[in-house]
Amino acid sequence: MRRLLGYIGALAAILVFWELAALLINSPALPTPVATIPLFGQYALKLAPDFAISLYRVVLAMLIGTALAMPLGLVIGRSERLNTFFAPLLYLLYPIPKIVFLPVLLILLGLGDAPKVVLIALTIFFQVLVTVRDAARTVPEAAIISIRSLGAHSFDVYRHVVVPACLPELITALRISSGTAIAILFFAEAIAGSTGLGYFIVDSWAMINYPRMFVGIIAMAVLGVLLYECFDLLERRLLRQKAH
Amino acid sequence: MAAEGSILTFQGLTLDYTSAAGSITALSGVGFDLQKGEPLVLIGPSGCGKTSTLLLAAGLLKPTSGSVMVDGAAITRPREATALILQEYGLLPWKTVFENAALGLRIRRRARAEISERTLAALAEVGLAQFAKNYPDELSGGMRQRLALARALTLDADLLLMDEPLSALDAMLREGMQDNLLKLWHARGHAQVLVTHSVEEAAFLGRRIAVFSARPGRIQAWVDNPAMGELDFRSTAAYQDCCQELREALRKQSQYEGVSQEEALHA
Ligand SMILES: Nc1ncnc2c1ncn2[C@@H]1O[C@H](COP(=O)(O)OP(=O)(O)OP(=O)(O)O)[C@@H](O)[C@H]1O
Ligand SMILES: [Mg+2]
Repeated sequence: MRRLLGYIGALAAILVFWELAALLINSPALPTPVATIPLFGQYALKLAPDFAISLYRVVLAMLIGTALAMPLGLVIGRSERLNTFFAPLLYLLYPIPKIVFLPVLLILLGLGDAPKVVLIALTIFFQVLVTVRDAARTVPEAAIISIRSLGAHSFDVYRHVVVPACLPELITALRISSGTAIAILFFAEAIAGSTGLGYFIVDSWAMINYPRMFVGIIAMAVLGVLLYECFDLLERRLLRQKAH
Repeated sequence: MAAEGSILTFQGLTLDYTSAAGSITALSGVGFDLQKGEPLVLIGPSGCGKTSTLLLAAGLLKPTSGSVMVDGAAITRPREATALILQEYGLLPWKTVFENAALGLRIRRRARAEISERTLAALAEVGLAQFAKNYPDELSGGMRQRLALARALTLDADLLLMDEPLSALDAMLREGMQDNLLKLWHARGHAQVLVTHSVEEAAFLGRRIAVFSARPGRIQAWVDNPAMGELDFRSTAAYQDCCQELREALRKQSQYEGVSQEEALHA
């Protein structure tokens, strides 16, 4: 409830700031909220499919990236030998901004969902891989020895100790990378294809319909907040379980 | 305690740890024999290999040379009827009290009803029944200790290995928990190996006490304590004698090492 009030307050502050900025700059490229918000109703139906497809792409990509990286990160983190082998590879590949592969992916995979999903999944993959590996390396040895003394084999050790120990860090990594994921999505949709919020925004731009463009921008912001909040909720639930 | 024969035998045991810093010998020529139902205590300076001895007995470490036999068979991996309680208790903070206590049975893939019944019984035995839904962080130190004990009890172990189980508790609580351990031992009749730094605890809970030398650990002296076993043992002369004998053994051992006993025990 207090959270909701906080949001409403923040939203009001942003709107006031926006209104002032728009009045001050006085350019058609920055329409006032008073001019933009009523258009939401008008564009809502047109926007809905683009919102849905953008949401689908980013969620699918995050799922794929996590599903591939999580087991790999856990196994590498728990094995000194594998880590020695993979660490240099990771240190080379992790810092590369994956967006630079966009042209290659567009040529190879066409203009549909595939290149966008792959690009985001790639970014999430490395983020999750590095985070989970580091978390898995620092699981308390006492917890592992103690469950092994109960007769646990690797599967039980992962299930009862390693995975739950790494989960909070995984969720934090996903929460933090959700912003990057949306940015990549915008870029990929803006450059290629004719669907998604990114396309909606640049399409409005090309039509010099700035209020419409702003409706798209707001929708993309909502998408970001939605993702971030989901992970934040998950994270706090997990932490509550851990801390109490 | 009616059962006859050895439950745990160490023979000419040597253990080397090899790490990036090189190889060190933690145990050198350790041998002893534990009878079924017998309570044994290990005492000795820090780093002399007491924890390593328990890990070997639990099948979690392999000896460099020599052998570890449990219930007549060489041990190569953890065994169902051995329970180990570590210094930090090995509780999982993301599991409830119930789930922590039930872990051993779950890993053994027991039926849900059996897990529930035995876990609740074990929790009741250590007085934690009404905390089943809490998390370990919500328990006091003594309660956490009892939770670790409950987990061991669900397994119906015939060999209970405990690494300084009471060292985190304050003196008042500690005597109460020593009483509890003694009662459980009477009720269950398991053999137990208890590691401690406390002379009083050793005299109260050990029928035989092995005094270890500093690293590389060897058994420097044995102290026999046949009169132990009653809750009022602390007020007897036999108890005082045993404490005295232990102190002397430890003093000799630390003189030999050229460090004071306090230093050796609390380093
Ligand atoms: N994983 C390990 N790798 C390398 N050396 C180790 C390892 N574990 C223990 N040692 C060494 O082996 C020796 C015995 O360790 P151990 O933990 O068995 O001693 P301890 O008697 O239990 O000591 P304390 O009373 O402090 O708990 C120590 O000197 C320690 O340095
Ligand atoms: Mg120890």
